Amino acid sequence: MPKSADRFLYNLAPFIIMIATFLAMAVLPFAKGLQTMDFDIGIFYVTAVSSIGVIGILIAGWSSNNKYSLIGAMRSGAQILSYELSVSLSLVTIIILAGSMQLSVIVESQRDSWFLFKGHIPSLIAFVIFLIAGTAETNRGPFDLAEAESELTAGFHTEYSGIKFAFFFLAEYINMFIVAAMATTVFLGGWMPLHFGSFESFNVVMDFIPPLVWFFMKVLGVIFLIMWFKWTFPRLRVDQILTLEWKYLLPINLVNILLMCLVVLTKFHL
Amino acid sequence: MTNEELQAYLTGEFSKAEVKLGKQYVEILVQAADLHETSVRLKNEPELSFDYLFCLSGVDYPETMQIVYHLESVKHRHVVVLKVNTADRTDPKVDTVSDVWRTAKYHEREVYDLLGVKFNNHKDLRRLFLDDSWGFPLRKDYKDEVRIVER
Amino acid sequence: MSEIKEIIISSDKIHTDQYLVNMGPQHPSTHGVLRLLVRLEGEIVHHIQPHVGYIHSGIEKMCEAISYPQVIHLTDRMDYLSAHMNNEAVALCVENALQVEVPERVKYIRTIMDELSRLASHQLWWCVMGMDLGALTTFFYGLRDREHILDIFEETCGARMTLNYSLPGGVMFDIHPNFQKRVKEFIKEFKKKLPEYDQLLTGNVIFQERTKEIGYLSLEDAIAWGVTGPAGRGSGFSCDVRKHHPYSAYPLVQFEEKLDTRGDTFTRYRLRIEEMHESMHIIEQLIDNIPEGDYAVKMKGVVKLPEGEFYQRVESARGEFGVYIVSDGKKNPYRVKFRSPGFSNLFALNKMASGHKIADLVAIMSTLDLVIPDIDR
Repeated sequence: MPKSADRFLYNLAPFIIMIATFLAMAVLPFAKGLQTMDFDIGIFYVTAVSSIGVIGILIAGWSSNNKYSLIGAMRSGAQILSYELSVSLSLVTIIILAGSMQLSVIVESQRDSWFLFKGHIPSLIAFVIFLIAGTAETNRGPFDLAEAESELTAGFHTEYSGIKFAFFFLAEYINMFIVAAMATTVFLGGWMPLHFGSFESFNVVMDFIPPLVWFFMKVLGVIFLIMWFKWTFPRLRVDQILTLEWKYLLPINLVNILLMCLVVLTKFHL
Repeated sequence: MTNEELQAYLTGEFSKAEVKLGKQYVEILVQAADLHETSVRLKNEPELSFDYLFCLSGVDYPETMQIVYHLESVKHRHVVVLKVNTADRTDPKVDTVSDVWRTAKYHEREVYDLLGVKFNNHKDLRRLFLDDSWGFPLRKDYKDEVRIVER
Repeated sequence: MSEIKEIIISSDKIHTDQYLVNMGPQHPSTHGVLRLLVRLEGEIVHHIQPHVGYIHSGIEKMCEAISYPQVIHLTDRMDYLSAHMNNEAVALCVENALQVEVPERVKYIRTIMDELSRLASHQLWWCVMGMDLGALTTFFYGLRDREHILDIFEETCGARMTLNYSLPGGVMFDIHPNFQKRVKEFIKEFKKKLPEYDQLLTGNVIFQERTKEIGYLSLEDAIAWGVTGPAGRGSGFSCDVRKHHPYSAYPLVQFEEKLDTRGDTFTRYRLRIEEMHESMHIIEQLIDNIPEGDYAVKMKGVVKLPEGEFYQRVESARGEFGVYIVSDGKKNPYRVKFRSPGFSNLFALNKMASGHKIADLVAIMSTLDLVIPDIDR
């Protein structure tokens, strides 16, 4: 621990982040009935809990008494607060379609077709925005400004080592899992098998694969996508990252919600 | 200009300096007092326009300390070697040319660091590589019993 | 409480302070032990003061105690990525001083090795540039292709990076019988791989956003600061030693000196990629025509230079490399000075990066392609 660090906050920060990530795990529906808590405001709960994590990052950056850490924490604060909007709004788009915030209900109503296909173009746009914003919220590349190893050595956790450092990394990867799981639950039908309307035999074969396997296959698929981003794209600069959110994603999202409302009102969805 | 033309031109222009044709380049040896004026003229006269300083080195000769400036003109592509001597070994001083060629600022710091030649009017004359307690290693009388292997 | 209120009322705008950050000597993007003292205001860079000397190894002093062939072995410890160019500079300088004419075969071999070194160096630069900007795949692409060149080096002279291949009077060994075949294979393969580089990084929107109109260096500044190599040519400074002061087999080959006047980070990036194409073009012209003959002329056991001063310029992968030898007629040099391209390039960094953000500073530093032992010597 650095000599002039704020000891209490320095030790507290990794735990805040860990607790925030594990809290979000509570409502994920892994399979039918395999869900710790089934709130009727599940989605709201996840978005609320996952934004506690940023407090941990800010505390970590400030209490380390290191300039790199502070820059990383401030970047991360600005970034996560902005992208929280896009994540929530893209989920709102689907809530309009599903008519419920309860995760088990959302999965259940995708029995005949996934929301990704059900909502036509609006839900496709919402899915893409959710992936981008979700990647940004978990501080993964190309949005890993808070860490930015080539600029800030390690960003907000520069001064951490041992199990506290491991907590930060564990939290990052669990967060990635949560984003992938939310994408799966909300857009890709959760643990529901892949069904095509009239191919009866195909549907029967798909039913043989257990729901848990379906869930993890989809989650790992999304995780692969997120990792693929990180390895391929260069990092954005801090002003570009905020421009992307406030000038592009947010307006697109708002228009997208209107579109989804139209789709739902005209009962155009499948 | 070819080396011969350059030599003739420089001999005519710089009467106080000693111009000769070296093995590769034209060499011009100036008095320490004339260095700054000469370098400004070398850079600014349109026929010469030596605007690119590609090497600045200091040499510790037995009698004198010499600073050698290798200059090239990007426009005319001719090269000249500007030299200046200072006989004082205890407190050698030469005018800076860092206001003429900006890259000289750091090359002069290097020369100061390794040879101990001070540059008048230099904005930021500190040691570059070594720390302040070190001697001037490129001087011939530099002795370091611990690290140097004598042959 | 009332005090705070007064402060808020008395200042009509938020007061911000500038602060200093030490980038390095241990920092991932300085690629070695370089320390930059950066004055920042928030994210914006106001001033950069480079502090060098962390791996100053006194090579110039060491050279004064050893003989000329031994000097060569020290030169490739400076810029280890363009080791062969540095070796060649000393070898050429000694040959010019003694007025030794080397066989045509040696000139061809040296030039091919020069260009292979340049390719290997630019490949490593490319993958590290991607890493600095946060794209990790580039690292694997670049190292994958560089491996072939290092294998060729290993087969030719036994070393992979510090080659020690050029000697006064020629090269150390004749080329391996497989040399021509393997170089041609490599060129054929790398011609297919180089467009992949463009697909992965050059065409990327994020990459272009990050690099275009960042780190502008004007032509006048490039000349004044002595910025050479692709970094200088990106500002329109025609400084290719291979063109203006040709040596070895460069007078015999056709190639273009790539110039651009835009002077931003993207231009410097693009010029290095184009230089790779040119390097392959040069190798293609030479590889089939290596004349038969000796690979070295017989030199005396003890090389003694006549009294006088000798200067040799070569184009290394980073810019103009120069050797200045003062001889007093003995077997070891009186004074050796190396003009290293990185030294001059580094100090133009303040000019280029002031006013940009920290992230841009890293990108700009990347396009200067600094090798720290080359700066510190």
